[in-house]
Amino acid sequence: MRMRGWWVWFGGTLLVAADAQAQEDLKARGWAAACAACHGTNGRSEGGMPSIAGRRADELYQILIAFKQDRKQATVMQQHAKGYSDEQLRRIAEAWARLTAGGAK
Amino acid sequence: MNASRRRALQALASAGLASLLPLRASGAAGARVVVVGGGFAGATAAKYLRLWDPGVSVTLVEANREFVSCPVSNRVIAGTMSLRDITRNYDGLTAHGVRVTHDTATDIDPVKRVVKLGRGESLGYDRLILAPGIDFLYDRLPGLESAAARAQVPHAWKAGDQTMDLRKRIFALRPGGVFAMHVPKAPYRCPPGPYERATMVAFALQRANPRAKVLVFDANPDVVAKRDQFRAVWESRYKGMIEYLPSAELAAVDAAAQTLKLEAYGAVKADVLNIIPPQAAGPLARRSGLVGAGGRWCEVDFLSYESKVAPGVHVIGDAVGAAPGMPKSGHMANQHGKVCAAAVLALLNGQPVNDEPIIINTCYSFVGEREVIHVTSVHRYDREKKTMVTVPGASGVSPQPNAEEGYLALAWAFNILNDTFG
Repeated sequence: MRMRGWWVWFGGTLLVAADAQAQEDLKARGWAAACAACHGTNGRSEGGMPSIAGRRADELYQILIAFKQDRKQATVMQQHAKGYSDEQLRRIAEAWARLTAGGAK
Repeated sequence: MNASRRRALQALASAGLASLLPLRASGAAGARVVVVGGGFAGATAAKYLRLWDPGVSVTLVEANREFVSCPVSNRVIAGTMSLRDITRNYDGLTAHGVRVTHDTATDIDPVKRVVKLGRGESLGYDRLILAPGIDFLYDRLPGLESAAARAQVPHAWKAGDQTMDLRKRIFALRPGGVFAMHVPKAPYRCPPGPYERATMVAFALQRANPRAKVLVFDANPDVVAKRDQFRAVWESRYKGMIEYLPSAELAAVDAAAQTLKLEAYGAVKADVLNIIPPQAAGPLARRSGLVGAGGRWCEVDFLSYESKVAPGVHVIGDAVGAAPGMPKSGHMANQHGKVCAAAVLALLNGQPVNDEPIIINTCYSFVGEREVIHVTSVHRYDREKKTMVTVPGASGVSPQPNAEEGYLALAWAFNILNDTFG
């Protein structure tokens, strides 16, 4: 009885987690769309600014944090990155990775 | 989407059951969005609506078959780039499934939710997005009331034929002649644009006509944007050629005599005149009663860009009465377009609108053939002030003009044109 209750709870948690993952982070999608003006729609740049498409979330996050902390040289990104909390930068990195997973699009 | 379906969806959404619907059959499926104006703001909104929800029907109403970018057009005036380089058509939007109709919107009925077009078509909508750009207030410039007078004094503040007209006049300037321009009181489209123009005209004349003069009469008390950077460049590279004259209110213009009449400086005769007129939201917005106090700019809710006076009508781009520190720029217009597109889809789906929008401005000004100075800012929504505020510590400028950013400025132009029209 006790065991069964545990499984119901566990199964329910899994469902909720799966649902949360399936639901896109629309707020972060909106923040990330700002980047596309320079880095290209779907993160594919025509040149100059690097493409964002197909990169891993943790890699993008580390780059953004390095800009924010002046550990990585840039012309404008060290200024832009300071406009966001670390948490916002993490969600933006995840949104880009999700959008361009596998380099598709 | 018919009303009963929308009501049913709204009921579902409010009952928290919207997630039970199949993913693609969203509330926006079949909904009709009409976008009026195909510049940086309107084209971006149309494209991103379709990118984010291929089920939504989007019609873009734009009079012109081609768009010419104002950003970088001062390089065209200076002879270092072609107008073709900064011209785009609407095929990219068509490929995204946007229906593009080359017509002029003449009338809005926000109650029946219908837009009337010049050639007689009526477009019904669930949400209307207006990106009407700017209109010039020639009635505030005595002497430029007639079209004939205006034809002798190009503004070149909407890129295209006017850009080429000014370029021809500058390269035909008599040896040692005077080019004089007038900058209107802020707010106007592109705050650093007039100073970039003065600098790039001086750059062109330095080679072609080194004894020529560039006079910058500014209605503002000082350089409106990138002040220290422009002043430093004028001092170091264009000394004796560019003369900057602040607080220069324009009383009248004599177009035939190419003469400015200025309250503080008297009558000034030039060989080539360039007057950037005072501006307001495009005529459709003003005619439809969408402008706020002062009668010039549209007031919007910065979460959705929905008009404060017309429910269901959103206004984006230069026509918006900007929040403090938010410039009227192509980059900002592109960002308005995305925030507005996301909000419109959320509203059609009965979902909450993003309550924390964050947008960016990046602006490059050329000061020579290759070198550029930039200014950046990040703007976020402030819930208490209910407007956009500039994020402290996230703004910046180039330490000095540099060629690395000259290369990036052109990359910026091509990338933002592709993000908007591609």
